[in-house]
This record gives sequence, structure tokens and C-alpha cells, in this order.
Amino acid sequence: MSKKDKVKTNWPVMVLLIMGLSTIAFPLYMAVVIAFKQPSEMTNSISGILSLPSKWSLANFAEAMEVTDFWRSLGNSIMITVVTVVLCIVLHSMLGYAIGRNRAHSKFYGFVYLFVVSGMFVPFAILMMPLAKQTAELGLANWFGVIILYVVFYMPMNVLLYSGYLVNIPVALEEASRVDGASTWSTYWRIIFPIMKPMHATVAIITALAVWNDVMTPLVIMSGTGQNTLPLAQLNFQTQFGTNYNLAFASYLLALIPILIFYIVCQKQIINGVVNGAVK
Amino acid sequence: MKNERKRTFLLITIPILALFICFNTIPLIRGVIYSFTNFKGFGSYDWVGLRNYIDLFQDPRVGGSYLFTFKLAICSTIVTNVISLVLALGLNSKIRAKGFFRAAYFLPNVLGALVVGYVFQYLFTYILPAFGQMIGSGTLSSSLLSNEKTAWIAIMIVCCWQNIAMNTIIYISGLQTVPQDVYEAGSLDGATGWQQFRYLTFPLIIPFFTINMVLCIKNFLMVFDQIMAMTKGGPAQSTESISYLIYNNGMSGGQFGFQSANAVIFFIVIVALSAAQMKISSAKEEQL
Repeated sequence: MSKKDKVKTNWPVMVLLIMGLSTIAFPLYMAVVIAFKQPSEMTNSISGILSLPSKWSLANFAEAMEVTDFWRSLGNSIMITVVTVVLCIVLHSMLGYAIGRNRAHSKFYGFVYLFVVSGMFVPFAILMMPLAKQTAELGLANWFGVIILYVVFYMPMNVLLYSGYLVNIPVALEEASRVDGASTWSTYWRIIFPIMKPMHATVAIITALAVWNDVMTPLVIMSGTGQNTLPLAQLNFQTQFGTNYNLAFASYLLALIPILIFYIVCQKQIINGVVNGAVK
Repeated sequence: MKNERKRTFLLITIPILALFICFNTIPLIRGVIYSFTNFKGFGSYDWVGLRNYIDLFQDPRVGGSYLFTFKLAICSTIVTNVISLVLALGLNSKIRAKGFFRAAYFLPNVLGALVVGYVFQYLFTYILPAFGQMIGSGTLSSSLLSNEKTAWIAIMIVCCWQNIAMNTIIYISGLQTVPQDVYEAGSLDGATGWQQFRYLTFPLIIPFFTINMVLCIKNFLMVFDQIMAMTKGGPAQSTESISYLIYNNGMSGGQFGFQSANAVIFFIVIVALSAAQMKISSAKEEQL
């Protein structure tokens, strides 16, 4: 089989694909070389900007870390993402379970399903201003409020995924455990929750990517706290970079590195997760 | 036994539903209520009835933002889908290192739109004009972003750069559902190249085409990060997207009530579009 494949390798397509990769590699290459250079190395010609730096120094990165309070922003981003993902998996799978098991025969759950899932069509733009007011009134204009909002925003999508996945899990599994005298609650945690593992992975990945890269929610909710997430720090410190693009690019790269590492380590799961989420 | 089950389901549903209502339904209703007031975001306010809505349709800035957003969304959707489909066909053909190519082409999707926007802003402001001067092209030697007529193209390129990654992967998973014997049967009938794509492949991946259209249009209509990073709505408000205008004027421009009305209209537009898209696509799938 492998020999046959080798004969058939479509070389023209491969050459085109390699050329196409430059559209992705070029902006990233540019970001890397600029981040390592000193302002004095930046001449006005393309070759001046795009040539390799004369020496690979981490000075820009160290300075960028200080200017943007990198570690604190990173910590905030990680904390918000992790807590959101955990809460989403726990709460959304439970609601998906309640809805998935009752939707077919109960009008109430049928309504709850439509009610929650139709939340997908509500753009953030309309919620933004009332939410800014509401979170301030409730004392939630901080990272905790942002997490609550994420749990609510991703609920429609995740409940849709979970309740759809549950259709394929036979009720007989639960009945067997019920005969043994276990409560619905413990049956859920012992049997159903572990079975939904593939869906947990999908939900975790979609939610984590969306939360990690989101700018708008923390911008609107957390702007008064002096706390930043990683993307928000880029926005808020933009003016401090001034025309020192080397410093700015070092900071951009720092903001991209965590997600790049995450992607390199689990690209398979990420791609599968994203496709699963979109196709279902 | 039955009651215990019912009670557990209710105990799960009610608190989570309450949370959803609290932070989704109630703000939505409040948004609609604010849209009938002249609220500035602070202090007292009066009811103004439909005043905001009447003003909305006469406001050139709002009209401009709708024109720009739709122009961007439609063009980006077309460009993204054409390139993604071609790329997916390439990535699904008989090539080596398939896994590597797929992972590499998907990379832009995981990067944050804001930072990507900053990187491209530099590229459009410094690199591209320098390149334009080098090849002696008049249009390219000034920055795309500084010209009212061309700034939207730069934003479209960035939007496409990120979304192509996503759409390509979805098309690939679509292409993988096409059974090999369809092609064999097709080649017996003499179908080759374009014909094969037009009459065999494409009809079979229409559900994936639909997903991509829905994803694209919705994403692009809500475009915000890229605008924030690259132009802040400029030059001369030519790249103000609807979301950006609502954020900018509503949150800090003292137009809380007025922009709430804008947001309500935007919400209706999104719902109408989504409903229409679903209707069209389900009708198409039935035809097959």
C-alpha cells in the first residue's frame, strides 16, 4: 500500500501547498525577527526590517514583560480560562443531561432547550452595555464576573453539544445502576459523566480557545480593575510601546507563545475538537 | 424512584437556568428597555419612545457602519470559502506529510485576533508600502490602512487569514465523508477534474458548505478585535463595524440609549439572517 501511495504522490499540489505556507509563515517570521532586534537595526528598507537580527538578545522580552506586567496578565488569563472550562464541563454537561433525557417527552424541557440554545443568536453587542451596568451593580466587575459571563455565553453551544451526544448513550445503562439502588445524581457522576469524555474534550477545547483569545468581555467588564488578561494587556499597553516596535513585537510574541505551545502539544485534539464542535 | 429522578433533573436545571436568565435574558431585556430612553450611561434619563429608532435610520455614521460591516462580511465570506475549498482539495489529495500540512494551515485559527491584528497592522503600514515602492506600484506604495477606500481590504485580508484555517479543516472533514467509489463510478462515466468536482464532490459536501457559510457570516458580522487592533474605525470612520460603533459610542461616547437601539436592530438582523440561512440550507438538503 505504501509503495503505491508513493508512486501516486501529487507533487504539483505539494509544491503549491509549500508555497502557500509562506502566507502563514511570513507574518510570524516578521514578528520573530522584529521582536529580537534593536530599534537601531530597523532601517526603512524591507531588507533592513526583515533581515535576521545581528544578535539574538532577549532584552526586548525582558523589558516587554516588565512593561505589560506579563506574569500577572498570564496568571489572570490562565485562571480565567481554567475555571471557566471546569465550570462549563460540570454545569453544561449536567444541564445537557437533564435536557437530553427529558426533551423528547417533556414540554418543559423542550422549552428550556429551545430557550437556552436560541441564546446563540444573541450578539455580545446587545448584552455589552446592560452587562457592564449589571456587573457593576452586583459587584462583579472583575475576573469572577467575567468567568460567570463566559459560563453563560458558551452555555447554548455546549448544551447543544452535550444533549446531542446523550442521544447516543442508551438509557439502559442508567437503569441498570438504578436497579442497584443508586440515586440519579450518583448514577450521573459514576456512569454518564465518564462516558461523555469525548464531548468533554471537545467542549474544553472550544471553550478554552474562545476564552483565551477573547478581548471584548474583559475589556467591557474588567476595565476598571487595573487587572489584565493577556490580550487585554496588549491593548492597554499599546500606547506605552510608542514607536518602539521591537518592544511591541516582543510583547505580541509573549502573548502568542502560551497558545502556540498548547497547539504544538495537542494539535490533534484541538483540530478534532474544533471540527466536532462546528460540525455538530 | 420516578419522583427522585424528576426532582434531581429539576434541581439541576433550575439553578443553571436561573444563571442563564440572569446574565443573558435579563440584560437582553434591559438592552431593549434602554433603547427607548435617552440614557447616557450615567445619571438620570427620560423615555423618548421610538426617537432613537427614527434617528438611527437617519444617522449617516450608523448607516456607514452597516454598509462597511456587510461589505466586509460578504466579501470575506466569498474569499474565505473559495480559498478554503481549494486548499481543502489540495490537502485531501495524495500528498506526503498530510498531518504536518493540516496542522500548519490550521495554525492561524488558534492565535488571538487582536495580536494578529497588530502584527498585520505593521505589515500593512511598513512592509507592504516598502514592497510597493520596490516594484514601483503606485497603489501599493502607500499604506492600505491610511486610505479610506482601501482600509477595508486590509481588514478583509486579516479576517480571511484566520478564518480560512477553520473553514479548510471543516471542508476536509466533509471531503473525507465522500466515499471513494463515487469517484470510481464517476470516472467510468467519464467525469474528470472540474466536472467531477461540480457534479460529484460539491453536492456531497453541501452540508459542510452550509456550516461554513453560517460560521463565516456570523463571525464577520460581529467583527471587533481586528478593527480595534488595526484601525480603531478609521480613517474617517470608514472601517467602523457595527460592534465597534456600539462599543465605542455606547460605552464611552454618552450614547448608551441610542446605541442600545442600534444593538437591538443588529440583534434582529442577526436572528433574521440565521433563520433565513437555516431555511435555505434545509431546503437545499431536501432537494438532494
